[in-house]
Amino acid sequence: MSPETMSIFSPKLAARFDALVEKYPLRRSALVPMLLYAQDEIGYLSDAVIAEVAERIGVTELEVRNVASYYSMLRFKPAGRYNVQVCTNISCMLRGAYDLYERFQEELGIGHKGVTADGLFSLEEVECIGACCWAPAIQVNYDFHDDLTAEHVTGILESYRGRAQAEQKATHA
Amino acid sequence: MPRLVSHPDEVKVVSQRFGLGAANIDRYIELGGYAATKKCLEQGPEWIIEEMKASSLRGRGGAGFPTGLKWSFVPKQSAKPKYVLVNGDESEPGTCKDHLIFLHDPHAVIEGTIIAGLAIGAKTGFIYLRGEYRYLLEIMDKAVADAYDKGFLGRNIFGSDTEFQIITQSGAGAYEVGEESALMESLEGKRGIPRIKPPFPAVVGLYGGPTVINNAETIATVPHIIDMGGAAFAAIGSARNGGTRLFSISGHVQRPGVYELPMGYNLKKMIYEVGGGIRGGRKLKAVVPGGSSTPVLLPEEIENLGMDFDQVGKAGSMLGSGGVVVIDDQTCIVEFALRTISFYQHESCGWCIPCREGTDWLKKSLTRFHAGYGVAKDIDNIQYLAENMLGRTFCPLGDAAAMPTIGFVKKFRKEFEEHLNGKPCPFAKHVELAVV
Repeated sequence: MSPETMSIFSPKLAARFDALVEKYPLRRSALVPMLLYAQDEIGYLSDAVIAEVAERIGVTELEVRNVASYYSMLRFKPAGRYNVQVCTNISCMLRGAYDLYERFQEELGIGHKGVTADGLFSLEEVECIGACCWAPAIQVNYDFHDDLTAEHVTGILESYRGRAQAEQKATHA
Repeated sequence: MPRLVSHPDEVKVVSQRFGLGAANIDRYIELGGYAATKKCLEQGPEWIIEEMKASSLRGRGGAGFPTGLKWSFVPKQSAKPKYVLVNGDESEPGTCKDHLIFLHDPHAVIEGTIIAGLAIGAKTGFIYLRGEYRYLLEIMDKAVADAYDKGFLGRNIFGSDTEFQIITQSGAGAYEVGEESALMESLEGKRGIPRIKPPFPAVVGLYGGPTVINNAETIATVPHIIDMGGAAFAAIGSARNGGTRLFSISGHVQRPGVYELPMGYNLKKMIYEVGGGIRGGRKLKAVVPGGSSTPVLLPEEIENLGMDFDQVGKAGSMLGSGGVVVIDDQTCIVEFALRTISFYQHESCGWCIPCREGTDWLKKSLTRFHAGYGVAKDIDNIQYLAENMLGRTFCPLGDAAAMPTIGFVKKFRKEFEEHLNGKPCPFAKHVELAVV
């Protein structure tokens, strides 16, 4: 990207993207990770994100959407600040993943791909996350929590509420 | 943090540095790390490939193709650059071994990648991790940066005139990308749709160059083979199945975990001794021996079953990714079959019709069936549909969905019949599955 163009990303992420496209034999190889890192910062793949990524990679916006729609972690709508992903695939299912998932639904009052009214949490039933021997397992954003029972649900949600409050205090301080 | 487990029957080769802080490069060197790479730089490509062939190491991703042979297929001369591509997309349900490798021994992956590169004459290696493994990617990135700082990667590795670069890559959620040609598509910034073969990746692969693609566990095993010698590694395992393997034992066992056992280790012992037996004093109903795509086995089929590619193949299933999923007698097999097919339906890339339509029909049929609305002919139809997917798709995902389904229907026909005529499921309370 030319320096005079405004980026919607933070200077740090923009610099990272400048380097990322130079890393590969072909610029386009940066596309999938770039979309994921952009989503990590902005929250979802907004029209503005898609436009800037397309420009950085040198492909059309349609092409970016075509690729993005393939990958299950990429989303076109905002999720909660903490996206709770409950694996219910076979190894987790055998050890009570559906009880766990039900408890999350009850506690948060939302279902699959729902977002709480305060925007703090979203919930997703996901496919295998590679924690089968420590089942049932979930991911909250990128953090793994494993060997869970439904009794852990309240504590996990509380810890993220606490984290959000601490971060809010830190920004106001 | 994933729990580490141990059992006296384990032979720790690949996992020998787990829990010892080997993600730190100095600690890794202290534990004997990077000696294998130096040795390979001295000995040259032919020697490496001979050692790999002698080791009889077979691909740990699931197909079980001999690694040394795979490397030998790469043409010596090539107009286009050659590449090594490490498959860390680990997504086969029941499998979590690469998770521990990236966490505890990232430098073994780097070493294996360099050695594969030396063997085939590549100057660049890619290490692709599934998007969900972000914390592991960060560990890998740190390890790669440390290896560059030490001069183990770069223009002149270990002070030689050999160049080797490593680039790490994050996926963004896709089981299908674990298939080697879909993996290359993803790495080229596209949808992860399989390529038609031939040409095979060894001839036309990543960016059109000859490419060797190996599973992360295969690659992490390589430096150990060089250290101990191919023949010594082969001697640990069974015939034509060299060495050890990381078995992910999950489901209804007392002590689930990733255990490193010699190839050919008895499956019954694996469940009852290593895994501690069935939890809650229940009985074994069935076991999925190698990840969700492998056909289910009954208790009487595992009595004398050695866990290697050939023996499990003879028993009518596959060793696959080494994900042993243990199922107790309180589990509804129809629900288990439905959850399995729901996964493949979700992950089918939609490129070819037998897989896209087949998984969808199977999911619909099984959902209806499990809800009590099945009719007698559904049972045969499910089997017929699955059998007609076999071998008719571009990539193995179609087979991966069909094979277990056929197994469930054939071996648990009685249980399917018990669901007929509006009878409620005798086991499960979860009838509707939300993943669509």
